Amino acid sequence: MRRSMLFLPGNSPNILINAEYLGADSIILDLEDAVAPTEKDGARILVRNALTSMGYTREKIVRINPVESPYWKEDLNQIIPARPDLIMPTKVSCKEDVEQVSAYMAQVERRNGIEVGSVGLLPLIETGLGLENAYQIASSDPRIVGIFLGGEDLTADLRCQRTKEGNEIFYARSRMVACARAAGIEVYDTPWTDVEDYEGLVKDTELAKSLGFSGKSSISPRHVSFINEIFSPTMEEIQYAKDVFACIERAKAEGKGVVSLRGKMIDAPIVSRARQVLEAARAIYGIGLEEGGKGHE
Amino acid sequence: MNKMVKTIKEAITLSGLKDGMTISFHHHLRNGDMVAVMVLEAIAQLGISDLNVNISSVFDAHMPILQHIRDGVVTGIETDYMGGMVGRAVSEGILEKPVTFRTHGGRASDIIRGASPIDVAFIAAPTADCMGNCTGKEGPSACGSLGYAFADAMYAKKTVVITDHLVDYPLIGGSIGEDYVDYVVCVDKIGEPSGIVSGTTKITKDPVGLVIADYAAKAIDASGLLKDGFSFQTGAGGASLAAAKYLKDIMVRKGIQGSYGLGGITAYMVDMLQAGCFKALYDVQCFDLDAVKSIKTDPRHMEVTASHYAGPGAKSSAVDSLDVVILGATEIDTQFNVNVHTDSNGYIMGGSGGHSDTAAGAKMAMIVAPLSRARLPIVVDQVLCTSTPGATVDVLVTQCGIAVNPLRQDLAERFRQAKLPVVEIHQLKEMAEKLTGVPKKPVHGDRVVANVLYRDGSLLDQIYNIPVFQA
Repeated sequence: MRRSMLFLPGNSPNILINAEYLGADSIILDLEDAVAPTEKDGARILVRNALTSMGYTREKIVRINPVESPYWKEDLNQIIPARPDLIMPTKVSCKEDVEQVSAYMAQVERRNGIEVGSVGLLPLIETGLGLENAYQIASSDPRIVGIFLGGEDLTADLRCQRTKEGNEIFYARSRMVACARAAGIEVYDTPWTDVEDYEGLVKDTELAKSLGFSGKSSISPRHVSFINEIFSPTMEEIQYAKDVFACIERAKAEGKGVVSLRGKMIDAPIVSRARQVLEAARAIYGIGLEEGGKGHE
Repeated sequence: MNKMVKTIKEAITLSGLKDGMTISFHHHLRNGDMVAVMVLEAIAQLGISDLNVNISSVFDAHMPILQHIRDGVVTGIETDYMGGMVGRAVSEGILEKPVTFRTHGGRASDIIRGASPIDVAFIAAPTADCMGNCTGKEGPSACGSLGYAFADAMYAKKTVVITDHLVDYPLIGGSIGEDYVDYVVCVDKIGEPSGIVSGTTKITKDPVGLVIADYAAKAIDASGLLKDGFSFQTGAGGASLAAAKYLKDIMVRKGIQGSYGLGGITAYMVDMLQAGCFKALYDVQCFDLDAVKSIKTDPRHMEVTASHYAGPGAKSSAVDSLDVVILGATEIDTQFNVNVHTDSNGYIMGGSGGHSDTAAGAKMAMIVAPLSRARLPIVVDQVLCTSTPGATVDVLVTQCGIAVNPLRQDLAERFRQAKLPVVEIHQLKEMAEKLTGVPKKPVHGDRVVANVLYRDGSLLDQIYNIPVFQA
């Protein structure tokens, strides 16, 4: 479950010490934009040591430098042995970018006695070319768990102004969701960058959810609770999901083949959605499948 | 009858101040106070010495007192709080006689019951009339409430009001009445406005502080105390203020109307009053301009004396009816004893103020603090100085979880039900030490430099000198 993903600078010891406690489902320890070229080496060591010694229970993602930079290989050399859950390669524009990173990850994994493929990938798509190739990228490697939209760099590449309304990335958002779902993976939204504007954050997050994103990233710990709330299933959604399974159960007992709930036929997508809701509910609230959908796994 | 005298010196002479007597000051002008220094200067010029100074709080602005100590003008200090600069000198042994630390409530009670008699009280008054009616709500040095000064004015043998804003008699809306005042002096300036109240008090932007504040507000919500009639006090620290803001959001959302907000009052408490979270504010001291403005204009925002606020000897005081207080700590030990008197090196840099008064009175006393500060864990085996006894502290909220005093298993159970991260206080200590290591205890000397009295006047702890190493 990645409702919220929090970017944290990889060169700030105090932040790394407290990363676990900032409420985000995933923490993205950043070696790219947050770290100046002269500090890349120190940040790698800091992030590596934090991963090995802090005992994070949150999902651990490390954002590495782009393949056209001189830094990404050394990023992987240092970070992979510390066993992050995911690597976030940046400015991914084609499937070859992913293949290059994945192949090098395999080398580092082998060198360190780590099972090849055990560290996943979450490519950051933030160029026009990347957006056009989003489906190829999304389906390029079994390590990929999702794709991630970077709105700031994308609008720079598209030569348009990044606005709070976000009309300029509407197409990008929709395309990302479509490509991710076509590839059967998750998709995550760009952060809201105005730290103080909570109203804007809520609107933007609700929009992302309505478009089909699985979760949203954040650059501010203060945004995390808003994002978590919006991406958590509501009590009504949980109840509906439970009703779906209860209804199937009843139909089975009565020997009925076709089932309907509140006048609507229950088909495979509804069941699948209900299962996702209950799984999320169990992860967040500790309730769900065992009460409503047991036996339907 | 003429109470007006031309100079502070003249007032001192008329008051009959002699060697060995006790004088008193209040601290509502905080770090902008000029009165204590002016009076001590005049006393020194008059050649009076060996004085005991009872001052409700000592700030860095009072640094000149150190020279008067060296010169023998001041030989004793009784206070509730001492800032780091004077505190360091005291820790290094500048005074022969140990400082007496009280709580805000204990100080008022001890003055009232005669346990700490005052010969001459000097009241810094932002506005006064010629007979000594005075208030803190108006004038160029306005500070709002004069809560801590009431006991001094009422029980000192002689009371001198010092103002820089003299108005026609009678002052309308006065705080301390003329019936307690012997002399009035008008001077050019009693305070430096920038040091008196901060322009605005701001909630923390530190993400860790906000996590702590969020847990604190949720714990209050889960405690069972947050319902109509709720009463609340919080400190002016960044995380405490953030907790108040989050609490306000919960109260507004749930439509809870509290009874009163208490304490040193900030803009955030005023905001809660205006949002309908409280029926009234009891204000012993204003911390910012919004609070000063509010106490002047809103009749629901009431000045309260230190005795009414927290006096253990009073027939009742506001802390006794308090539901929740949020407090800070420099250290807390695994028995929940809290230190707010000394820093990690053992130097004096604070004091109880209302800390142990409110902890004793409130149904839930909550400490908010980060797991570690710089290189030091917040939880230790034993605090360097017990300012507030652990038996009166219920909860410690950190970013890594909430530790509940074993005496309050009822609260722990409620927090667990609300899915708040309840941890043992020992676990927090271990978590912090894993990061910071176990710090060495500072080395102190064998001379007592301060006695810490509990609110009932009993000796709670002693602070020892820190040896000065010659380079």
